[in-house]
Formats: sequence, structure tokens, C-alpha cells
Amino acid sequence: MDLPHHGYRASAKPRGRAAPPVGDPVLFDDTSSTAAPMSNQGYYTPGYNMGAPQPGVPGPAGVNNLFADPMASAAMMYGSSLANQGKDMVNKEISRYVSVNKLKYFFAVDSKYVMKKLLLLMFPYTHQDWEVRYHRDTPLTPRHDVNAPDLYIPSMAFITYILLAGMALGIQKRFSPEVLGLCASTALVWVIIEVLVMLMSLYLLTVHSDLSTFDLIAYSGYKYVGMIFTVLGGLLFGSDGYFLALAWSSCALMFFIVRSLKMKILSSLSHDSMGAGASAKPRLRLYITVATAAFQPIIIYWLTSHLVRTRDFYAYPLTTICIPLSIND
Amino acid sequence: MALTMYALIQTAILCTNAVAVLHEERFLSRIGWGVDQRVGGFGDDPNVKAQILTLIRSVRTVMRVPLILVNSVSIVLLLLFG
Repeated sequence: MDLPHHGYRASAKPRGRAAPPVGDPVLFDDTSSTAAPMSNQGYYTPGYNMGAPQPGVPGPAGVNNLFADPMASAAMMYGSSLANQGKDMVNKEISRYVSVNKLKYFFAVDSKYVMKKLLLLMFPYTHQDWEVRYHRDTPLTPRHDVNAPDLYIPSMAFITYILLAGMALGIQKRFSPEVLGLCASTALVWVIIEVLVMLMSLYLLTVHSDLSTFDLIAYSGYKYVGMIFTVLGGLLFGSDGYFLALAWSSCALMFFIVRSLKMKILSSLSHDSMGAGASAKPRLRLYITVATAAFQPIIIYWLTSHLVRTRDFYAYPLTTICIPLSIND
Repeated sequence: MALTMYALIQTAILCTNAVAVLHEERFLSRIGWGVDQRVGGFGDDPNVKAQILTLIRSVRTVMRVPLILVNSVSIVLLLLFG
């Protein structure tokens, strides 16, 4: 993988932009800029020199030119150069608001990573090394490091959750397109609220971690996987399956969040200039981590319980607790 | 509870308005939250109270003009569409 001039940098926040992106092939093969000239050359011989577009030139020296009409070929070249200009302008405008390079880092995944990450989300108890690995001062892409957060799994899981919610509502004969949209926007708004609260608390406690907004969105979005698992359990096995799946995914997700954020939030103490910080600081950071973890089961229950409402749904917890108590009398 | 994006925007506007109406000398200084009452050494991480005061002050400074615009727009929209 030798792409010295195509490397996109995704630099973390406290680490400044040190060197220009040369010799940094860790993201993925960027074929966009090499593909563009190729697609323009599709109709011409390979020997054609793709310098500046030359309208009016009768065509290349090759004999098997598809367009015998020089005007058509000139018009096609002009159109492709216009399209390239439009593409550049759109990219410039977009990159003013959202850092596209940073966003590309989160979608550089492959199926091996997705498999391992899903397994990790559902069963994180045997994973040893939770440290995000770095490669010359930039975090490794999710493709090379299973601990790196990504945005592919949360977005796919969100869409799958919406589809599952529609199916579950249809089973209960409560489906309508408005309810589906409401379900989707409720889930999205809760994630936004959680990310805003996390950002606010990290700012107020001056935690100098390299957690960017996208990282927080990624870690918040992993709960959709737990929600999908819970809803599936509820649909397939009724109330028993629902509560069992809820308990399992809550514990797994809480463990995952605590272990992942512990590295980022609590261990950033070593970056503080003054070693003698107040003793309240580590406690407050611990509270943040634990509160984030404890919020996950609550929100999973809140967003999925109305989808799995069966006849014995409300009676199930009562029966499991009250009947053993009454038997003992 | 069905939360929509519209509800989120309404909440954000209301909260920002609430922070923006806190008057500096009539209210914040009286309760010890004024800008001249921040105690903190340089080179030390500010404590939580200083961060809150900085946040309030910066929100009031930065969001004053945009809030005028956003409030006017929302008043017009609410008058038109109820």
C-alpha cells in the first residue's frame, strides 16, 4: 500500500498537526483522484495524454476513438471538467462545517472489524487490551485496531433499529408511518442529548482527553446494537426473552463503556501539568464514567419496552418477584 | 415520551434565552457569580465554578445577536403557524 500523496490525516485534538500527510497510508486506498482521470479516459485510447482539456482538438492520436465527431468529444471533456469543478466546490463548502477527513476515519472499516466489534459489544468480558493503538501520533483506523471507535456500526444499527421497530409495531397492529418517524426521531434525539450532556460535563470538569464529538457519538451509538438484541429477544421469546436480553445487553454494554472510557477519561490525568490536582477530580471523572454506563440500560429499556408489549409484559416482573415471596410465607 | 427534533430545537432556544437574560450587575454579582469574582491561579486547571462562570459569560457574549435573530424568526413562525 504505497500512496504517499493520498494519505488523509485524522489527528487527535491535543496533538497538533505535526507533519504534512506524507507517507501515511494507514487509512485506506484512496482511488478517487486516480479514478477520475480514468473514467474520463474510458472512451479514449490509453495513450491519450490527459493534460489540460483541449476543446476543439480533433481527438487523440489513437485510431480506435469511439467518438468520431470531434464536437461530441470536446463537449464531453468540457462537461467532465465542469463536473470536477462542481465537485471541488461542494467539497470545499462541506469541509468548512464538517471535517471530512475526520469523518472518513470513522468509516474506514472492513467486515472483519465489524464482526469483532459486534462480538466485543455483546461479550466484552474476555477482551484483554482496551488501549487504542496509535501509529506515529495518529490513532489507527478501525480497520487495524479493534478498539477504535467507528461510526459505521452505530449508523447501521440505528437504521436496523428503525426497521425492527416498524416490524414490532406491525406485529402489535399499531403501525403507521408517523409512529415510525416518531420512533426514529426519539432515538436520535436521545443520543444527541446524551452526547451534549457528555460534552458539557467533560468541559466543566476540564478533562483534557482526546475524545472528539464524533468519538462520543460513536460510543453513544453503540447502544443501538444492544437495543436491537433486546428487541429481537422480546420478539422471538416474549417477555422472558425480552428481560433476559435486556439484562445481558445492559451488563455487556455497561462493561464495554466503562472499560473504553476509563482509558480515555481517567487516564488522561497524566497529561495534566500540575500533578497535585484536587482530590475531587478523579472522583468526578469516575462519576461521569459510571453515570454514562448506568444511563445505557435506562435508555435501552425506555426506547424498546413499548415495542415488546405483550399480554403478560407488566405482570412478568411482578410474578417473578412476588410469587416466590408469597410462597415463603 | 415522543421527542422530536423540533422539541430539541425549542429546548435549546429556551435554555439559551434563559442563560442570556442573566444580568451581570443586577444578578450575577449579587450572588457571587460575577466575572470579577473568579478565583483561580494561572497554570492550574480551573475548578467547576469557574468553568460555569466562563461558560455563562461566553454564552451571553457570543449568542446575543444570533439569539435576537432566532427569536424574531420563531416569533414570526409561531404567529403564522400556531
